[in-house]
Amino acid sequence: MEVFLQDLTKKFPSRNRRVREDKIAVNHFTLKIPNGKLIGLLGPSGCGKSTALNMICGLEKPTEGRIFFNGEDITDLPPEHRGVGMVFQNYALYPHLTVEENIRFPLENLKGKDRLSKQEMHERVMAAAKLVQIEELMERKPSQMSGGQQQRVAIARALVKTPNVLLLDEPLSNLDARLRLQTREEIRRIQRETQVTTIFVTHDQEEAMSISDMIVVMKDGVLHQTGRPQEVYDDPVNLFVAQFLGTPPINTFSGSVRNGHLWIGEDDVMIISGVPDQEVHVGIRPEGFILQEDGPLCCDLIRVEVMGRDTSVVSNHPAAVSLTIRSIISSETQVDTTNPKVRFALKPAKTLLFSKETEERIRFEVK
Amino acid sequence: MKNNNWKGWLYLIPAILFLGIFMVYPLIDVFVYSFEEGYNSASQTFFGVGLYNYRYVLRDPYFLQALKNTFILVIITVPISTGLALLISVGLSSIKPLKELFQTIYFLPYVTNTLAVGLVFMILFNKTAYTDGMINLVIKWFGGQAVDFIHGPYWAKMFVLCFYTIWVVLPFKILILTSALASVNPQFYSAARVDGTSKGRIFWKITVPMISPMLFYLIITGFIGAFKVYSDAVAIFGTDLNQAGMNTIVGFIYDMLYGDSGGYPSYASAAAIILFAVVLTITCINLLVSKKHVYYE
Repeated sequence: MEVFLQDLTKKFPSRNRRVREDKIAVNHFTLKIPNGKLIGLLGPSGCGKSTALNMICGLEKPTEGRIFFNGEDITDLPPEHRGVGMVFQNYALYPHLTVEENIRFPLENLKGKDRLSKQEMHERVMAAAKLVQIEELMERKPSQMSGGQQQRVAIARALVKTPNVLLLDEPLSNLDARLRLQTREEIRRIQRETQVTTIFVTHDQEEAMSISDMIVVMKDGVLHQTGRPQEVYDDPVNLFVAQFLGTPPINTFSGSVRNGHLWIGEDDVMIISGVPDQEVHVGIRPEGFILQEDGPLCCDLIRVEVMGRDTSVVSNHPAAVSLTIRSIISSETQVDTTNPKVRFALKPAKTLLFSKETEERIRFEVK
Repeated sequence: MKNNNWKGWLYLIPAILFLGIFMVYPLIDVFVYSFEEGYNSASQTFFGVGLYNYRYVLRDPYFLQALKNTFILVIITVPISTGLALLISVGLSSIKPLKELFQTIYFLPYVTNTLAVGLVFMILFNKTAYTDGMINLVIKWFGGQAVDFIHGPYWAKMFVLCFYTIWVVLPFKILILTSALASVNPQFYSAARVDGTSKGRIFWKITVPMISPMLFYLIITGFIGAFKVYSDAVAIFGTDLNQAGMNTIVGFIYDMLYGDSGGYPSYASAAAIILFAVVLTITCINLLVSKKHVYYE
């Protein structure tokens, strides 16, 4: 199912009586989601991503804008007629029902010609259970299961009606770190097997980057960038997207462009072209540093963290906006820890410039 | 561990003494009196021991009337008041504007005095030589016949008593149920909505099971409370309930002790033990039924 959100806006009336202005949760949001893909809707808490999901689901009515499924306007349809399955953040499994009854629940709601016989229901329930690999837990109550198992049941319950769109609201936030890794692979596998268009909401960029076909970065209700995870990471449109994606996060400096030279503080780090003279934010990915004895960027070394595969050099620079600068270099290179200064050369592709005023990206060419 | 045992008992002594003297001892005493024929509390004497008191009480037409009245009251008021409370609570939880106001209004009867309100009920329903009373005016306005609810036919009197009892117990039940409903995670309702669950199915399959412990608590205490009704009847029909034919079991016990026909602690004890047996039986049945239908988290 291709999902198209056109100019979607959601305003909530202000709870504070003294403030007349409505709170805008989602602001003129336009997005086309291709069929059969796994989409990660990403943004910091309170950015409106859950509201957007609820509007796709039909739990919230948009204030403005339309929603299309395969070109058909479904904005005014109630959730049950949209063919969506939803997995809630705390799973919302009915605690008084067994796993089997929970998964069967949506099927029992079907009326008229869609009504299924007991046998058909059982088959569908077992098929969904098999897909998420919980066949041996059918008699358990939700309270007798681990978080990961509950998550699977919730996915099975969302999938049992064979929805056209599967929606997941922060599906991994209630799981511990190890289970989270496992479950996100699981979600990927289930999505591949069923080929159902899946939209999941998360504030964890790593989670979104690792399994999504496409990520959508949101902030304050506004869509900032969409694209394949690597594309968005390599080529962010503004400072927010650059800072939001990547662990460890991007290092930011205040710098300036003067006569085709990029300056970070007192260091003339790069010769660039195509950028008029101005003050800029400079973002450098941790992997964008090359340890070099006569490198142009001179930092004060704080410490070196060796992490097996690679080494992370923590340092400081007078022009740095971030508290410390973290650069990741291959562990084969030796860092002279006796020297209080450490010098780097920069990889142009990992060095990003942003306008000081608008925080929009400034593209440049390297001479 | 064993050496410290006496300490535990030491801490328990105040509670054990208090409960023993003021609860366990009287209970045993009532049980003993019920088997002592013609016990006299002034002279502390009795004629013999046996089941005579029970035989007498169970043949006393006033007791049988009281038993019948109590059973009718219980069977009518407990389901209706619980059902009505559930309906009102669900209504209260689903409205937004004026919710607090309505909650306050529904809770008001709880803080009013039973006897005073009983008097108001009596005046509303009463039919005298001078006036038919408010309720009868309404009945006549709809083209009905005026009924004397206080001195008239049995069903009319029973209706007033049931109506009043329901009115009195409703606020507490509403209070409990609204808080139980508020504690249900709204995500369950969202999940049900996504699956297109009908309102009725949401109510019976999600809401009721989720609040079933509270519902069950209300049903059990409702049964026990209704079996012990006395003051409500007095408030409406006056102290001579036997004459009005509206006595209850507790009323009968009181009459046997202090009423005009009183001074028979043995009979009162026997009646009290019978009431205890009835309540125990009903509560056990309730517990058995609940095992299947009540869900505890």
